[in-house]
Amino acid sequence: MSGYRATPASGPREAAEWSNRRIVAMNLRAIVGRAYPRVIGLTREPSWIFFEILLPFLAVSAFVFVYRALDAPEEFVGFVVLGGAMTAFWLNVVWMMAAQFYWEKDQGNLELYFTAPMHLMSVLAGMAIGGLVMTSSRALAVIGIGSLLYGVSYNVQDPLALVAVFVLTMIPLYGMGMLFASLFLLWGREAFHLAQLLQEPIYLLGGVNFPLRALGPTVAGIVLATLPLGVGLDAMRQVVFPGAAEGILPVGAEMAILAAMGVVFLVGARLALGYLETLARREGRLTLRWQ
Amino acid sequence: MSEELAIHARGVTRVYKAKPSPVTALGGVDLDVEPGEYFGLLGPNGAGKTTLIKILTTLLLPTSGTARIAGFDVVNETAKIRRVINMVAGGEQSGYGLLTLREQLWMFSQFYGLPAREGWRRVDELIEITGLQEQRDQKVRTLSTGQRQKLNFARGLLNDPWVLFLDEPTLGLDVAAARDLREHTLAWKAAAPGRTLLLTTHYMVEAEQLCDRIAIVDRGKILALGTPEELRRRVQAESIFRIELDRLPANGGIAAIGALPGVLSAVPADDGVADGAGSDRVALKVALADDSALTSVVTAVAERGSSLVGLAKSEPSLEDVFVELVGRGFGDEDEADPAP
Repeated sequence: MSGYRATPASGPREAAEWSNRRIVAMNLRAIVGRAYPRVIGLTREPSWIFFEILLPFLAVSAFVFVYRALDAPEEFVGFVVLGGAMTAFWLNVVWMMAAQFYWEKDQGNLELYFTAPMHLMSVLAGMAIGGLVMTSSRALAVIGIGSLLYGVSYNVQDPLALVAVFVLTMIPLYGMGMLFASLFLLWGREAFHLAQLLQEPIYLLGGVNFPLRALGPTVAGIVLATLPLGVGLDAMRQVVFPGAAEGILPVGAEMAILAAMGVVFLVGARLALGYLETLARREGRLTLRWQ
Repeated sequence: MSEELAIHARGVTRVYKAKPSPVTALGGVDLDVEPGEYFGLLGPNGAGKTTLIKILTTLLLPTSGTARIAGFDVVNETAKIRRVINMVAGGEQSGYGLLTLREQLWMFSQFYGLPAREGWRRVDELIEITGLQEQRDQKVRTLSTGQRQKLNFARGLLNDPWVLFLDEPTLGLDVAAARDLREHTLAWKAAAPGRTLLLTTHYMVEAEQLCDRIAIVDRGKILALGTPEELRRRVQAESIFRIELDRLPANGGIAAIGALPGVLSAVPADDGVADGAGSDRVALKVALADDSALTSVVTAVAERGSSLVGLAKSEPSLEDVFVELVGRGFGDEDEADPAP
């Protein structure tokens, strides 16, 4: 029965004194811990191949056939396939990040997160990293299948720029998910409806299936100021199909916008989380099941 | 060991906003729990037990009053408190069903900062202790309710907490699983001295079996607090015996027994004659100032020509104590718990 006791501390006062190094290490481990179920889920639930790759690919295919029927430039097929891949990230952000605290509350996990010593930002970061890893494989599958089926050819002259744009897109995109995680819990009693509310409009405003420029300068300007998916896609298309894709702004400017968005969304997520915790403790709801 | 109280609460109130009027879940709770003590909060739904646990585990702010865990303030020193506590609730469905039992425990170990390898070692240790070896690689969603609650209990011990909160831990478990969990709790007490347990329950047996002291709570107030023995004495200062005789005593009968020194009363027991038709057997309920008066009763019975057939001391249950204090039983709840 010795296993019941594990720590050498002589009392709770000593056990509660942690060095900064230990606190940082604990939060890093919490990130890994929370990312774990997402990553392991890839191998546990193979049904995702059908539901999250093959089914969404039908929508991509529909746009491919529309563009071909209209004799649009062949690069448009590539735009759609790339948009389809990036859509996987958006769906992940809306359903698995923004709505996640809501599901966690229902399962009773949220109050355990609150009573554990890690910072809740670590939980969100773990969710984001796990989701990113999981969704990257889906996005790659969409690109692979799309390229094979529709013969898309890519012309990446600056791979480093592509990686930079991708990373700079993911930071604000998942930062937005981290922000929404708190806001969904604060606003909605039905995360399902809020997720649906966000899902479809972004397909349009994000320029998932067409060049963002087609929206006109005013709407495109709004997208540039608010939607990391739209900005990231616009920049990525310029890098992957140089010459063929005319962006709203030069890639460098869009990367700067993405970097600024990253800061805004992450700081926003941190503030919203702080507000959520304060409200949860004050009002006696939000973290508790069935409230 | 620290000399700080494990739990210290003074005038803790909690009022929930509600319509048409606010609900007072806690109405000024004072509580001191010593390190190493197993303490029970016993009360029906709506008593305020869960609200108190939520405050002590830093999930809720008190509306007024102060509370400390190991000397740390629950309002301002939450980070330190969260390093030394853990909590397990009855019916808990925490974690992720696609993980195996072992993976789930490991994931939670990371939230307490255990290094990865140490986390796996600790997980295996707790799996063995709680007897979950056969289920270790089973997905969490396939576990039975009892196995699930054992897993939750193991999760609660991952960080070797100095104060463990068990909120209705055996809720919904069958008899065997509940007994199993109580045995694990007692084993933890024996193996990890200095650890404190705060248990909420509305099962009398559970409180009595696990707790050194018990507070009876109702409608946000502590009505009585003490060891189980002390609580019973609150409602029954005298010793009550059920004495079974082969026949009624002669020479004054029951009245003569009642007049003996040290005997407060002697009346026929509620169930009257103990045997079947044709029997003279009789059962008496005799109240004594203390147990020493029993000798004179037995002697007097023999002198009056009766023989002692049976003798049993009648102890009040904790439910008797509750009914005496509250004026209603556990089954007569009239109010839903404002806290979940």
